[in-house]
Amino acid sequence: MKITFVLNGQEMQIDAPPDRKVVDLLREDLGLTGTKEGCGAGECGACTILVDGESRLSCLMLAVQLEGRRIKTIEGLSDAENGALHPVQEAFIEYGAVQCGFCTPGMVLSAVHLLEKNPHPTRDKIRQGLGGNLCRCTGYVKIVDAVEAAARKVERDIPKPVKDGAL
Amino acid sequence: MRNVLLPRSLSELWDHLRAGSGAAVYAGGTDLLVKMRGGLVIPSLLICLERIEELKGVSEDLGAIRIGAGTTHAELLAHPVIRAHLPVLASALGTLGSPPIRNMGTIGGNICTASPAGDTLPPLHVLNAEVELLTKSGVRRMSVKDFITGPGKTCLQEEEILSAVWIGKPEGHNVHHFEKVGQRNALACAIASFAALLRISAEGIVEKASMAWGSVAPTILTCPEAEKTLVGERISLKRLREAAAIVRNTVRPISDVRADADYRRNVSGNLLLRLMEVQTPDDCARLNQLPA
Repeated sequence: MKITFVLNGQEMQIDAPPDRKVVDLLREDLGLTGTKEGCGAGECGACTILVDGESRLSCLMLAVQLEGRRIKTIEGLSDAENGALHPVQEAFIEYGAVQCGFCTPGMVLSAVHLLEKNPHPTRDKIRQGLGGNLCRCTGYVKIVDAVEAAARKVERDIPKPVKDGAL
Repeated sequence: MRNVLLPRSLSELWDHLRAGSGAAVYAGGTDLLVKMRGGLVIPSLLICLERIEELKGVSEDLGAIRIGAGTTHAELLAHPVIRAHLPVLASALGTLGSPPIRNMGTIGGNICTASPAGDTLPPLHVLNAEVELLTKSGVRRMSVKDFITGPGKTCLQEEEILSAVWIGKPEGHNVHHFEKVGQRNALACAIASFAALLRISAEGIVEKASMAWGSVAPTILTCPEAEKTLVGERISLKRLREAAAIVRNTVRPISDVRADADYRRNVSGNLLLRLMEVQTPDDCARLNQLPA
C-alpha cells in the first residue's frame, strides 16, 4: 500500500506491505541502518525513533502507522543545512559515551526527546529518561555525563531574548 | 502479508470489526506485536486504534473521571487531573515500561492484556475502576475486577472494544501508595506489586483501607481479611505484620524466570510493611517520585 510521511524532513511516499515492521522498512527498504534492532520486543530501545517528536520503538510499529507522521531517525538529527552534529551527538563524542556503539543511536534519540521535554534534568531524571535504552557494554556513566553536558550546550546555543524582545 | 487497518473514527472501526474476521485489535502494539513475533497469536487481520480520537483524553464528570482507553501512559502521567486525583495510578504509570513504551502503550491496552503483572491493574482495583465496553449497537459497564477473569482473559466479546475507564474520585484518603518489586528499576515486569488507598487519622488510626497486589495470583489479588485487620486500629508494625501474615497465606504465586513462588509470597507481605513509612501525603510523594 502507499504510505505518505515525512522522514528526516523530507516528504516521501513509499509502497510497502502494511504489516512491514518499521525497523525493517527503515533499515532494509530505505537503507537507513543507523536504527538498530536489538531485542525486537520493546525491551532494549536500540530501535528508538522520534515520531512527531516523541520517542517510540520502531520494532513495535507497523508501516501503516507511519501514515501522516513526521519521523526522525539518527540519520536526520544533524543540521540539514550545514551537517553540524546535534549538541547531544557532539557531547557523546566529547565524553566518549560510546563503547560498541550499538545502543548509541537509540540513546541519542532518547536523550534528545528528554531534553526537549526537560531542558534541565537532574542526573536522576536523565537516568529515568534513558531508562528504556540498554547498553550491554554498561557504559552508562559516560552517557549520563554526556547528556548533562548536552543540556548545558543546548542552553548555551539558544540565543536568549533581551529585554526589548529582540534576539 | 496481512492487512492492517487504521480507522480514523469509531464508525469506520465498526465497518471493519466483524465477528469471525479473525481480526486482532491493538492500540500501542507493545503487547500484541511482541506476542505475534513469538508466534503466540497469528491474527489474519490487524486493526490499530491509535488514530481514533474518540478513544483519547481525560474528562471529569461530577465526581467521576473518564479516561479514554486509547490515552497513552505518558499522556496520563502528564495529565493534571490524574496527578491531582489519582496519584496511586500516576505512581504505577511512572514505573511502567520505559519512556518509549509509555509513549506507545495505552491504559485500555494494559487492561485488555490482562497480565497478572499489569502495572495499572492494582491501582485500578483499589480505585474501584470500571471499564466501558462499546459495540456498534450498545455500551455496557463493569468493574475492572469482573472484567479480568484470568491471565490474558477478559470478558471482552467479539465486535466489542474497551472504550473508556471510569474512576470515582477517591475522597478522604490521605495515603495513595504504589510500589513495585522488579529485577531492575526500568523496563521491569513486576515480580510483585502493591497498591494501597488508606485514610489514617491524625491519631494514627486506620479509618479506611483498600489494597491490591499484582503478580502474585492469576489475577489481581485483594485481601479483605488483611484490610479488616488494619481498619479501626492504630497503625503499628505489629498490626502490619499480622496483616502481612494473612496476605502471605492468601497469595497464589507462581515460580517463573523472574522469581520463585516463595520469594513472591514473602515480598507480598513485606510490601505491606512499607505502610509504616507512608502515612502522610508528603511521605507518599517522597516515596512515589514520578518521572519528568
